[in-house]
Amino acid sequence: MCALVEVRGLTKVFNGVAAVDNISFDLYEGEILGLIGPNGAGKTTTLQMLLDLTTPTSGEVRIFGKAIAEDRAAILKAVNFSSSYISLPHSLTVRENLSIFARLYGVAKRAGRIRELALSFEIEDILDVPVRRLSSGQITRVCLAKALLNDPLVLFLDEPTASLDPDIADKTRRLLQNIKAERGLAILYTSHNMKEMEEFSDRVVFMDMGRIIAEGRPDGIKERFGGASLEEVFLKIARGQAR
Amino acid sequence: MNLWRVFAYATRHLYLYKRSLPRLMEVFYWPLLDLLLWGFVTVYLGRLQTPVPGFVTFFIGALILWDMLFRSQQGISVSFLEDVWSRNLLNIFVSPMTQAEYIASLLVISVVKLILTSTVMITLAFVLYSYNVFHMGLSLIPLIANLIVMGWSIGIITTALILRFGQEAEVLAWGVALLFQPVSAVFYPVSVLPPPLRAVARFTPSAHVFEGMRSVIASGVFPTGEALWAAGLNAAYLSLAIAFFSWNFRVVKKKGLLVKIGE
Repeated sequence: MCALVEVRGLTKVFNGVAAVDNISFDLYEGEILGLIGPNGAGKTTTLQMLLDLTTPTSGEVRIFGKAIAEDRAAILKAVNFSSSYISLPHSLTVRENLSIFARLYGVAKRAGRIRELALSFEIEDILDVPVRRLSSGQITRVCLAKALLNDPLVLFLDEPTASLDPDIADKTRRLLQNIKAERGLAILYTSHNMKEMEEFSDRVVFMDMGRIIAEGRPDGIKERFGGASLEEVFLKIARGQAR
Repeated sequence: MNLWRVFAYATRHLYLYKRSLPRLMEVFYWPLLDLLLWGFVTVYLGRLQTPVPGFVTFFIGALILWDMLFRSQQGISVSFLEDVWSRNLLNIFVSPMTQAEYIASLLVISVVKLILTSTVMITLAFVLYSYNVFHMGLSLIPLIANLIVMGWSIGIITTALILRFGQEAEVLAWGVALLFQPVSAVFYPVSVLPPPLRAVARFTPSAHVFEGMRSVIASGVFPTGEALWAAGLNAAYLSLAIAFFSWNFRVVKKKGLLVKIGE
């Protein structure tokens, strides 16, 4: 397997405090990597540095073998991002929003691509509805559709299923797994849903206080920390009871 | 620079104006109000047989031109704020759009908004006061171009400050241009200003534009010197504004503030 994202010695210090402290990991083609940890563990800051939204204090991020800070536009053409904390222009319809982002990413055959994603995320009946009239779950699905517009090779997701009902969350996970299997899509995502993490991730990176404290397959992590589930491991770590 | 991306992002704002009544009001309501209020005040003062010849012409012309500078600045700052308000900024900054393309599309949006607003103002001035701004002829082109570029510089700096200080600095988008109004000598000649402000006016491009406008209206002579001064200052200020935006963007990324805007 080929590493699409390489993180080496990544560190971010804010006002003398290390939010992310010398972390290194890889994200491989066709892999779903879960980034987990308690609040303040440094997950979101890590994601921001991977997307070049925050400049690292030291260390390096390479995507497709190139430094993100140096080859940003070319890399971001084949990368995308979605978060339950961002939205889209409220006055525009779903179709207008998707069409604008399709243009920004240089997507050919935009109308067909939008139709295809609308079917996958079950948003075809709201394509001509302004975003302000949508529920938060519908907005999350539209943002996920936006994140797949450019057929990315790497997808970063920040709590992607946080506002979705169990049915749509399950369908979304299946859809992402299918794309991963078909095209080798690599996904790095954060979530506080440990059950989802356990079932969905090929591998997890466990962070606490800015550091990676464990990395590996969910079963391996459970075994190492003596937990019956990732949730149990999470609670042990968050409460300082981990071995 | 990828022009396709520049126009794609500009389209986002055109869609907004098609769908949002409050945004559409921004284009028509405020200019209309300005023109009605100050226009009638001007007509009234004109009837008092003011010793200033062509008083109404000076005043309404100045009102229309000042609004162009103001809309040009707002076209940038408010368009940026639209993305802050809709929590869309991160979607833009994680897309392949470069910083230069982003600024370029804000400039395009600003020009489109300006054309819409100015068309409304010019038409209304003609209908309500029989005032024809085009009587200034071709001189209008350099005058307007200088005001637009000055509006861009103020808009880019304002946007950079909002990026740096967050939504709390939003008020700058509405007020910063007005800060330049007294030294721009919009409704009176620069000679009226006290010496220290006259010195400031010398380095304010809009002051040269309005001096130029008065000269064209009063004597029909286009003051090339004023226009060149304004153009030179504008070239310097626009370069500084872009450099400031770039530097500030790096600082914002370093401090991790980009993701916090709008929180």
